[in-house]
This record gives sequence, C-alpha cells and structure tokens, in this order.
Amino acid sequence: METLEITKDKTALAAKVTTSITGSQAVLECFIAEGVETIFGYPGGAIMPIYDALYDYQEKLKHILVRHEQGGIHAAQGYARTSGRVGVVFATSGPGATNLVTGLADAMIDSTPLVAITGQVFAHLLGTDAFQETDVINITTPVTKWNYQVTDATEIPAVLAKAFYIAKSGRPGPVLIDITKNAQIQKFDYEGYITCSHIRSYRPKPIVRKDYIERAAKLINEAQKTFVLFGQGVILGKAEKEFKQFVEKSGIPSAWTILGLSALPTDHPLNVGMLGMHGNYGPNVLTNECDVLIAVGMRFDDRVTGRLDKYARQAKIIHLDIDPSEIDKNVKTAVPVWGDCKETLPLLTSLLEQKCYPQWLQRFKDFQKEEEDVCINNELHPSTEELTMGEVIHLLNELTKGEAVIVTDVGQHQMVACRYAKFNQSRSNVTSGGLGTMGFALPAAIGAKFGAPERTVVAVIGDGGVQMTIQELGTIMQSEVDVKILILNNHFLGMVRQWQQLFNDKRYSFVDIASPDYVMVAKAYGISGNSVGNREQLKDAIAAMLHHKGSYLLEVHVGKENNVFPMVPQGCSVSEIRLK
Amino acid sequence: MKQEFTITVYTENQIGLLNRIAIIFSRRKINIDSLNTSPSEIEGIHRFTIVINETEDVVKKLARQIEKQVDVLKAFYNTDDEIVWQELALYKVSTDEIAEKVKVERLLREYGARAVVIRKDYTVFETSGHHEETDKLVKVLEPYGLIEFVRSARVAIIKASNGFHERLREFEQTDPGEDVIENEYLGKQGEVFTM
Repeated sequence: METLEITKDKTALAAKVTTSITGSQAVLECFIAEGVETIFGYPGGAIMPIYDALYDYQEKLKHILVRHEQGGIHAAQGYARTSGRVGVVFATSGPGATNLVTGLADAMIDSTPLVAITGQVFAHLLGTDAFQETDVINITTPVTKWNYQVTDATEIPAVLAKAFYIAKSGRPGPVLIDITKNAQIQKFDYEGYITCSHIRSYRPKPIVRKDYIERAAKLINEAQKTFVLFGQGVILGKAEKEFKQFVEKSGIPSAWTILGLSALPTDHPLNVGMLGMHGNYGPNVLTNECDVLIAVGMRFDDRVTGRLDKYARQAKIIHLDIDPSEIDKNVKTAVPVWGDCKETLPLLTSLLEQKCYPQWLQRFKDFQKEEEDVCINNELHPSTEELTMGEVIHLLNELTKGEAVIVTDVGQHQMVACRYAKFNQSRSNVTSGGLGTMGFALPAAIGAKFGAPERTVVAVIGDGGVQMTIQELGTIMQSEVDVKILILNNHFLGMVRQWQQLFNDKRYSFVDIASPDYVMVAKAYGISGNSVGNREQLKDAIAAMLHHKGSYLLEVHVGKENNVFPMVPQGCSVSEIRLK
Repeated sequence: MKQEFTITVYTENQIGLLNRIAIIFSRRKINIDSLNTSPSEIEGIHRFTIVINETEDVVKKLARQIEKQVDVLKAFYNTDDEIVWQELALYKVSTDEIAEKVKVERLLREYGARAVVIRKDYTVFETSGHHEETDKLVKVLEPYGLIEFVRSARVAIIKASNGFHERLREFEQTDPGEDVIENEYLGKQGEVFTM
C-alpha cells in the first residue's frame, strides 16, 4: 500500500475531503504532520499493526530499532534534549510498556518532552489478564504529565495533537498514549490533522504580572550582593540569549544546576560555576551570604540546597518559573515571577540598572582560587601515577574545544564531567539529573546524535552504568550511529564507594564491580576501541577516538579510590561544603 | 497547625483522573478522610470534594499539584468555617427491636432522622449533617442491634463562591483575563488558592 497524501489545506478540509485509513496509519500521518522525523522503538504483538503501517512510511519516518525499550526511551530523551523537539518512542504492551517506566520517570523529573506510544491488547480483552496485558495507564500515571488510552481509532488525530501539545508546552514532560490493537486496525474517515493549541483545563503559561517584575527589579537594583542560580528552564524556554542579556546588564555572578549547564558558556566571566552537592566552593558558600537570590528555571532540588533550614535564610529570593507549583515548594519566595522566562527575563532586564559587582565577584574568584589549590589542580594535573577522571575530561575539553555534546551517566564520572566539561553552546550537556538513572548515557547518546547529527557526541560513562544498558551497542552497530563512548573505569561503583568510605567506615559493601573486556565487547559489535591506563597514551587515545570515523569505544582506567570533592555531606548546609 | 480542610476540584470528566488526583495524596502518605465525586453546577464539569487534616502549607502545595494536572480546571481549599457541608448516613435496625423498645417518634424528632424503608424484618433510617451529628444516632441505636451503618463522603458548598460559570467562560478562551485565571493567591496572601 502506498503512503497516503493527506491534505492540510483548510479549504479542502472545509469540503470534507476524507480518506479512509487505519488507526495505525493515522498515528503515522499525525507524526508527519507534527514534524516527527525519528522514532525509537521496539516491535511486539500488540503494536504490530503500527509497525505494519510503518513499513510503508520508511521514506518519511526514520525508525531506530533499539535493543531494549528502556534504551528506546532514553534515546528519545537524548534526542529531545539536543534537538529541542519532542522525542518519540514506540513499545508494545505488557513488558514493552513497563520497560518504559524508568525513562518516563526520568523525563518527568527532568521535564523532557516525549510522546510514548504503547500498543495494548484488544479493547474487549482489557481487564481479562490477556497475554501481555498490563495496566499501563495506571502504572504510568505518576510518571507522565498526561496519559490516555485510545480504544477507538477516530480518537487518534485529536488525542495525538493533544499529546504533542501537552508534551512540549509549558513545563515540558512525557505523555504516554496507549492504543488498543483494535483501534490500530480499525478504519475510519481521516479528515486531516489539526494541531492543538488550547485545552481549556490546561494553562501551560501563567500570565506575566508586571507588578511582580517591578518588585523583583526594585529588589535587584537595591541589592549589594546579588546571586543568580539558573537551571534547565533557560534551555527549555529557549531563552539563552535573553538570559545572557539579563546577566550581562545586571552584572550578577551566576551559577548553574547540572541541568542548567551549557545555558551560559562555561567561560563567560559571570559564570561562577556549579551549585550543589559536588558543585563549586564559592557558589555554595556564598549562597548563604548573598542578599538577593534570583532563581531562574530551577526547582531547588535537595542536591542543590543541602539542608533546607540552613539554606539562604538571609537572602530575599526571587523565583522565576513557568510552573506555579514550584513556587514556595522547597524555598520560601519573596517575589514570585511566574511565566515563561523567554518573556519574563527581557521585561526584568529592561527595568534593571546596568551594574557590576567587582568586590562581590572577587569573593567568588577567591573561593575559586582556594578550590583550585586544594582540589581542582590535583584533579586536572595530578602528580600521582594513577589517572584521574578530571584529567580525562580536561583533555577532552582541549581536543573538542567546548563544541561537543557530552552525555553522561550517573555517579562520580557524571559529577566530574559536569564540573570540568567546557561548553560554548547550549544543549550540549545531556545527563540524568533528577532521577539519577544509571544506564542512561549510552542510549541517550544515540538519541543525542540523531537530535544533533552535525555535532560530535561523546558519552562519558562509568563502568557500572555502561553495563546496565550495554546492549545498545547493538543499536549503534546496526544504525551506524557515530557516538564516541568514553568509559571511565575505576573498577568500582565509585559514588557509593565514596560514601561508604566517608560515612560507613570503608565498609565496601557490594561496590566492587567486575568489568568485561570492553574493547572486545565493542569489537564483537563491530565497533573499534581502545583501552588505556597511563598518562603518556591518554591524549593520543582521546584524539584517536574523536578523529575516528564512526562510533568508537575508549576505556580509560582511572584511580580506583579517587573521590569527588568538594562535597556537601548529606544533612549539611551548603556553606559547610568540604574541600577534602 | 493541622486542621480540617476541604479541597474542591473542578475537572473534566476523564477516566483515570480520580487515580491521578488520589496519588497526589498517597505519594506523600497523606490520608484522605473523605472523597466525593459528583457533577457540578455546569454540565460536563465534575467536582471533587476532598477532606483532609493537614497544615495550610501542605494543603496549598497539594492544591497546586492537583491544579497542575492537565484535566483539572481549578482547585480551591477552604477551612470548615468557609463552607457549608453535609454528610448523609443510613442506619439499618431490626424493626421488632426498634418498635418494641424505642420511642421511634422521639428518635425521629431529636435526631432529624427519616425512615426510608420500613419492613417487617428491618427498618432503614437516614440522617444528614456533620459527622458528629450522624454519629450520635449510631450511639443511640447500637444497644438495639445496629445491623448496618454507612456514611457518605462530605459534600460542600463554598460560602464565598459565585460558581464556576464565569471562570469556565474565561478558561474556554485562548487568552483568559488575568483576574479570573491567575495569581489571585498572590494578592490575597494565600487566602484563596488559584493558579
């Protein structure tokens, strides 16, 4: 059957030009109308009709066959994060759908726009414990922004339009649409796709109130020690330019959450570094000294705030956020500025006096110097024989010149990569922030590459995380995805080991994880690779990885018991951050 | 300080929404004392009435989480003095017992009870009111063998509300007026919750 050409012309619609197509074809037609180009997925019984329809759409829709549905959804996340578009994933009913749950939870907490389509058993079998039947809607309710079960094909165009609108508007998030097999097969008169732009019960953007912007501006203009915290909201709102103008006019030192990383170039003079548990010294200590704290598109996660009752108590807090439920959720706000920061930031900037805070900025520099002396220099230029994770990232920066997309997994290497990676442009840092999903990086890097094909994508992964989703090497092999895989192998589940060392008297309980020969594993998948463990070879090895045409795996053996510092121990205030 | 709050939620009629709202409470290990779903003053719009015992700070955050759900139009929360509410209770007793030993007439007068069904074998009474009131009749009937007792969830009317008609008209527009839709809470310092 040939691909259908469905007109979106309004006059034709008015004349009710309809075409009889199946629910499955409608799903794909809606995707095309919505501008979807890439789908990550895995077929199975209950989604077979959609895959059958997809057979005829291969020219228009690129489908990437993953090795596990979790890999599929993480890839869709990576795609969404680098491209700024909605990631799309297919999975079948039952186990296919339950395998999506981790990715949905990850996308929910990190506000990643996704549309997941799951197949479901025939509507007449719902609730009968049919083969591969599971209650996907109820399982995924807490981890989706919205979900819906389609049992009749005629619902598909409107439901999908709603799904894409909800996923990408306001504070983005994952949407799951569960489609019963009968609806996929059912033929109906398709009248074309109408994009959704309004749902009466849904207000994606709060109305911007000028009086609050004026109050915020007044506070900022009168303040002496102002401090900006920025999060992913700047990136999600595509407001990097507006944010830069705001920072430059106000002259305020600015620090980032790990999801805000790359929204402002790393080497910007007002970028003072990273917040939180393994963030930089100055930003953490001075959080408890500033007089006005401006939070832009961030949610005061406990990894950022440390002990809440000792967090920035002296400061008046201005919170810019699109999600009203974030205001006052963790930290009491003096002035809430609700709205899309793409709109609110320019309004605020226009009311600010051009300022600079040389003395205040110097405080950050002094702390930076101290941190360099105690931790950073040892990490980036170690005198020990063992390699450090930091020096690997340092060399990677040198060779990529801040142009690469760096995808990280979860753990010590993630903190080190976020601390030391340099970025010149936004959407360069892809990591699992809120959920902390080990196994995220390898599949997310695949998606990140499809989302930004012109850019170099380096997945930095620990030896624990890579073994969680290592099967996605098969996806890289089959789809010939040019992903550079950099495994920082410390032969431990390093972050847990670090905590066991510091807080559990070095009782290393089940953190001693063995690795396979990664180069051999890669070779089995037809992926070139190398493994290094000494300093002389390191730079050449990284350069070889970057220059290699196509995917490449580089394993670097790093010190077994290196720790990530600085660190705000759990239950401590951010100003009690330890340098060693 | 914890106190009783009644949360009123106006929603679309959507399968699964009850679960979406209920898990906002269960996720935080907050017990729902009473939950009622019913039609509202507007056709097609549903109204949830949820009673919990919590601090205002927690209730405000819960209301925001509820209102964040795509299919929820609005969530309000009120203390008991801001609402008029009723609960309905049914009591089944043995007709023989009750006819013989109780002055039924006095019972009906004193507790505002009505006899819904009178059969040879059993009688069903009905009362409505606050639960302290409906509980009283339980105490009275217990010695005579209360066969069954059931009490409904709370239904409540907000004293200060002008209904939802005007708000809905605003919601249906792509660009709603800010007075009706947003940020009311900011001006009223948390008195009324609204997005």
